[in-house]
Amino acid sequence: MTAASKITALALTDRAKRAAKVAAEFADRVDTEGRFPAEGMEALKAERLLGIMIRPEFGGEGASLTEVANVCAILGQACAATAMTYAMHQIQIASLADYAPGSNWHEAFQKRICDDQLLIASATSEAGIGGNLRNSLCATEVEGDIVRLTKDATVISYGAKADAIMVTSRRHPDAAHSDQVATIFLKDQYTLEQTSKWDTLGMRGTCSDGYIFKAEAPAEQILPRPFAEIAAQSMLAVSHLLWGALWYGIAADAVARAQSFVKAAARKTPGQVPPGALRLAEASSLLQLVKANVVAGLKQFEGAKGDGDALNAMSFSVAMNNIKIGTSQTILTIINHCMLICGIAGYKNGTPFSLGRHLRDAHSAQLMISNDRILGNTSTMLLVNKQDTSLLG
Amino acid sequence: MKQAIRTLLAKHGNLPGAIESIDDGADLYDAGLSSFASVQVMLALEEEFDIEFPEHLLNRKSFSSVDAIAAALSEIVEEQAA
Repeated sequence: MTAASKITALALTDRAKRAAKVAAEFADRVDTEGRFPAEGMEALKAERLLGIMIRPEFGGEGASLTEVANVCAILGQACAATAMTYAMHQIQIASLADYAPGSNWHEAFQKRICDDQLLIASATSEAGIGGNLRNSLCATEVEGDIVRLTKDATVISYGAKADAIMVTSRRHPDAAHSDQVATIFLKDQYTLEQTSKWDTLGMRGTCSDGYIFKAEAPAEQILPRPFAEIAAQSMLAVSHLLWGALWYGIAADAVARAQSFVKAAARKTPGQVPPGALRLAEASSLLQLVKANVVAGLKQFEGAKGDGDALNAMSFSVAMNNIKIGTSQTILTIINHCMLICGIAGYKNGTPFSLGRHLRDAHSAQLMISNDRILGNTSTMLLVNKQDTSLLG
Repeated sequence: MKQAIRTLLAKHGNLPGAIESIDDGADLYDAGLSSFASVQVMLALEEEFDIEFPEHLLNRKSFSSVDAIAAALSEIVEEQAA
């Protein structure tokens, strides 16, 4: 038995917990220094967790999105930057695993991701377009069997640390802004010229700097399916679900800290209910709502997987959008409750009850694909799509 | 019917190019139809033909081309006549 196969014989949850332990140890330093969560990501590689969603015939473990979401939730309780880096990597894996059927290059690449535990970033945002995933200004130029691309990418999370980047662009220089393709470029095929620095309130470790991206590669690295299809059927839903899972993790750790604060107070004053106990009960109820929201979404996604009609249905998009809105808003309420429970011990850094990092990290949730943009999109769909009023889907 | 669809696409589709340059079978999303514009076209079709799009036709595929819209409309008209 090889070292790698010994590790993959263990349960995903156990491997994720071991990696999370390492990530937790460095979470405050990653946050303070605004640096890449190297230790957490190395631990994830050591646990062979980067390629789990890839099919076994290409060297992966065929893990479901639900299993990957569980890893994200475990990591979210330890270090949000590690969890977000891992989640974003898995969003690219989901696109690659399902939207390059029969492409030799992409199948071989998936094998490499598993063998070498490669980290994949993405470059979708662009100067002049903003965060609208489904629009590009830049265009791939194919000459013979070579593809060239230059992109003014306003954000490439962990771009400098990635082994490959999936980049969206217009299909050709005359294509409409929404006629896009996605291309995988390997580290030795591109250059990154940094244009902005990721110095933010929270999620500081994702290092989502801006770059001028310039690349040249074999044209076979362009994903065969149109990006419109990948975005609509996979990327948006997978993003909302994996982010929702790790946001749940951030809130769950805040609640755990608040609970231990209340418990410590209860021990000191036997016979009296501590002042924060009632708020803790409220936070617990809200946390359950977030969990139920994510779990129901995962169930819906797994049920629709592989069914183009179900994944393309407007009602599916509305449901996925609602998960993002609900989780991103509610975690802030939960963490704020926890802050009120822990008081100054929660507000202060460096205590066992510190919640500053949680609160700052959680604030990114409403902005990563702006909630206003998502609400606008949902409101458009609700002009024609009837709200699902059934209890059991 | 296709002419009516084309008229409404020209009016509400917010397409970068002229509707005349797009074939009946061509992909409208590739031609620049946004999801917002597709809903606007859908509302205009509902108003024009006095119909309502049922749940199973509310997907990207129904709006992927002039032909696809015509097929969806025919299906609705038939269902309502039955």
